[in-house]
Amino acid sequence: MASIDGALLDFKRLDQLAEGDTVMHRLDPRAKVLATLVFLVSVVSFGRYELSALIPFFIFPAALIGLGDLPAGYIIGKIALICPLALVIGIFNPIFDQAVLLQLGPLPVSGGWISCASIVVRAALTVSAAIILVAVTGFPAICRAMERLGMPPAFAMQLLFLYRYIFVLTEEGGRASRARELRAFGKKGRGMASYSSLLGHLLLRTWMRAERIHMAMLARGFSGAFHSREQSRFGAAELLFLAGWSILFITLRMHNGSQFIGSLVTGLLK
Amino acid sequence: MSHHIVEVKNLRHVYPDGTAALQDVSFRITHGESVAIIGANGAGKSTLLLHLNGYLAPSGGEIRIGDFLLNRGTLPEIRRTVGMVFQDPDDQLFMPTVYDDVAFGPMNLGLSGAELERCVTSALERVGAGHLVKKAPYHLSGGEKKRVAIATVLSMSPDILVMDEPTNGLDPYARRQLIGLLKDFSHSKIFTSHDLDMVLELCERTIVLKGGEVRADGPTREIFQNDALLAECRLEKPLSMQGCAICGSAVAVSLPLP
Repeated sequence: MASIDGALLDFKRLDQLAEGDTVMHRLDPRAKVLATLVFLVSVVSFGRYELSALIPFFIFPAALIGLGDLPAGYIIGKIALICPLALVIGIFNPIFDQAVLLQLGPLPVSGGWISCASIVVRAALTVSAAIILVAVTGFPAICRAMERLGMPPAFAMQLLFLYRYIFVLTEEGGRASRARELRAFGKKGRGMASYSSLLGHLLLRTWMRAERIHMAMLARGFSGAFHSREQSRFGAAELLFLAGWSILFITLRMHNGSQFIGSLVTGLLK
Repeated sequence: MSHHIVEVKNLRHVYPDGTAALQDVSFRITHGESVAIIGANGAGKSTLLLHLNGYLAPSGGEIRIGDFLLNRGTLPEIRRTVGMVFQDPDDQLFMPTVYDDVAFGPMNLGLSGAELERCVTSALERVGAGHLVKKAPYHLSGGEKKRVAIATVLSMSPDILVMDEPTNGLDPYARRQLIGLLKDFSHSKIFTSHDLDMVLELCERTIVLKGGEVRADGPTREIFQNDALLAECRLEKPLSMQGCAICGSAVAVSLPLP
């Protein structure tokens, strides 16, 4: 269970990062959520063979890491963990799509390779944006921001509970799985059958815990509504942040930024 | 101060599957009393506690908290009066941060702004957890969780504290700390516990449940000296009342002669 425990510790690290106090941390969460949303839509909506136009988008994660005083190495490490998964998704493209799209000196590059690279770059961009959003905002604040942006309160509550109890659940799951392993003596145990009953027990336990939590909520006067003590407000700084990034993303989506900079540089060299 | 009184009369509870968990339980706890409810596993302790703040409805009999008879209409007032601390703090701490958690009850009572702030801070200071205010509950140690769980209840200024197995799972130091803390509270207190040494220290009165009935109700010391009663109820004298097993002073165990 080392991997699950490790992943848990990382959650805690993100939480600790979210307690920081920089310009980025102080911005209203809604501004950050919306800007990230525009970023994601811009990045994802590119065509499959687009690669060079994606590169300028790295300015967003880079700027946020800088302004939010985040440990770049840690964030890059997280993204590197996701890249192999993206690679698995794109790995067959070079086999199925062998039409040569561009010539890199003597090396012909097929469309498959480009679309594969495009998938990996997009994964890196979107995952980094999501991780950075959590690291400068904190998960609970994101939930509340989404609620204030119009997400039904029930969903927000669900997400908050999920985040709170995912730690408890993984610990319980980890314990159960360790107990099974210790009695399987390195063999398969009873295979899938034992796993299905293990999962069933986990579900029942979750159910019972949910009942106890509800009991604890009722005992403290819960009557169906979560009261928020949110005092942040959407001011000029938030508006500037949101508008600035959105305009940049949309511009970069419409026009190929790399090409533009490239032609500027070559124009200067001439 | 009649609202600190807990009165249970002929309480009976039958679970939907037909198990009679409580039969004809009656007692009266007065202002400022500290009472332990002890008994074997399955004796009905938890079922009884769940009645005290109206989570379970009695199948028969009645419960009176202060001036209020427990029923649907008085439930909100009773839940404020009776502060319930659950056995597993993970069940009690469900909000993203310690502050939110302690503020949950008072906010439901309509507090806000500076008043809320004051209420949360004083509850946390009371249990010596002021420095944890910004932490997430899952980053706390067991002892810290327990103290914060108590603060979540204290912030609603209850008159009666009900705690299920308060020292369960705590290390000796955290347990000692908690006992010290509970000694200082002037509330009426009701505990269930298998930690009989804690009971001996904290509670002047003990109610023994057996098979859903009150088997004994009296001064703690008297009950713990009644060996026959303890054995019958699957209990044992607290260690601090037994002789020393190492130095041999007043050991009740008979050793075989050499």
